[in-house]
Amino acid sequence: MNPDLFFQYVVAGITYGTIYAVVAIGFNIIYNATGIINFAQGEFVMLGGMTAVTLSRFLPLPVAILGAVAVTTVIGAVIDILFIRWLRGPSVLRMIIITIGVSILVREAALHVWGESVRALPYFTGTSVTSIKMGNVYISPQVLWVVGVSAVAVVALSAFFNYTMLGRQMRACAANRDAARLCGISAKNMVTLSFMLSAGIGAIGGAVVCPITYVQYDSGTPLAIKGFTVAILGGIGNSAAAVGAGMILGILESFSIWVLPAAYKEVISISLLLLILFIRPSGIFGSAEEARLKEF
Amino acid sequence: MLRVKNLEAGYGPLKVLRKVSLHIGPGEIVTVIGANGAGKTTLLKTLSGLLSARGGEILFEKKDIRRLPAERIVFLGCSLVPEGRQLFAPLTVRENLILGASVQYRRKRQGEVKEDLERVFALFPRLKERETQLAGTLSGGEQQMLAIGRALLSRPRMLFLDEPSMGLAPRMVREIFVHIARLRKEFGLTILLVEQNARGALGVADRGYVLETGRMVLQGPSEELLSNQDVQRAYLGRSPEGDA
Repeated sequence: MNPDLFFQYVVAGITYGTIYAVVAIGFNIIYNATGIINFAQGEFVMLGGMTAVTLSRFLPLPVAILGAVAVTTVIGAVIDILFIRWLRGPSVLRMIIITIGVSILVREAALHVWGESVRALPYFTGTSVTSIKMGNVYISPQVLWVVGVSAVAVVALSAFFNYTMLGRQMRACAANRDAARLCGISAKNMVTLSFMLSAGIGAIGGAVVCPITYVQYDSGTPLAIKGFTVAILGGIGNSAAAVGAGMILGILESFSIWVLPAAYKEVISISLLLLILFIRPSGIFGSAEEARLKEF
Repeated sequence: MLRVKNLEAGYGPLKVLRKVSLHIGPGEIVTVIGANGAGKTTLLKTLSGLLSARGGEILFEKKDIRRLPAERIVFLGCSLVPEGRQLFAPLTVRENLILGASVQYRRKRQGEVKEDLERVFALFPRLKERETQLAGTLSGGEQQMLAIGRALLSRPRMLFLDEPSMGLAPRMVREIFVHIARLRKEFGLTILLVEQNARGALGVADRGYVLETGRMVLQGPSEELLSNQDVQRAYLGRSPEGDA
């Protein structure tokens, strides 16, 4: 393999890896607040893409994307309020099954609203054949958009968690729910907020990536599986590790085309998921001790 | 200030508190002593709203708070320092303290937080030294100070302390009891102190109650309880140093 081709694969890997990381961070936000895996996470990404495409018919592109993120964020809040918030002391398993139900519901609703057609936003700058030459590597400008916007979102999110009172309260709630309540923090509000944040960040990812990957009513599920793999690979709950793990999965997938038929690409993530669950369930960046303290 | 009448509480089918009554006047330090499993922690969890009561009344300043959630009770001015500190271990000492002031933000009085931080640092200079350290890395005594400091940041008028001396070195135990007396003097707090360490608790409290298997079996001024033969036999006898 010549070095140029090598870098081309790396770039492709990073693009997909970024999206996986964004989905994984969405998983982590809700996991940290509630201890559950929200299986509707992929649906947030789909909704972000679909809504952006629809809104872009009447609105300028940046406004359409912001609008899509806002709509998806509201949907995230509605899901929590309708299905989770009013439960009194629900078990983790029960909540997880609810999120599976919600994901089916959202998918079917999307099918009803948008039909089966495959959609995409236009490339933000240039067209699908535009490319920027960096050294000897050609990169689509959309790749830079995906990586750039996601990076900004991740940095903004970590600033939110570290430097704002609301962000600190969410971390407090994740660290010790009862103690947070004793400080006057409403745990239920924090859960609603976590659904909004992870819906919002999922929608951002969905909107920026859909010019490359296209979007359809059921495109959330495979992304949820990849994102879940990445979240587990990095160590569930750890968002910085999710970025690293996302890159690992993205790059592994892109190089797999070199050795395996393209149809086997999906096998990589599932195999990796099983492997990590067998040999190191705490994730490559997580500590086993920490994992033992978690609920499941 | 706080009046509890015939309180009943428990977990699932398990009944822990049976018709518990007590009262605390403003500015008093009152202690509830009892052995492991007597229901001391359950009592405080119920009073602070973490556990919902099955029956009875909890009046805080004549207002019935029995059905209020924990976050609302802190807002009204009752703060619990829970058993085992319950700090936000992965957050820094400073962050833990500021989170304690969450209700101050809800009261739109975040302007007072800075001043309160200084008061807590003046009370516990050790916390100032460790300001940027993660709470989980502190020693037991420092963690207890931080747990108390965090509760103080909510500007309570009434403080519930759940076994503050538990798991501490004997020297630290004495220090904690000294601090509890200072809390009343310097912060004007009314304090309900739940303890297994009967000697230490009665030493600092004005009055005491004895809780046995979910029932209040005895009450009276601290000196009276300290000289009571049943109390001496059951709670003071085997532990001359006061560490049960």
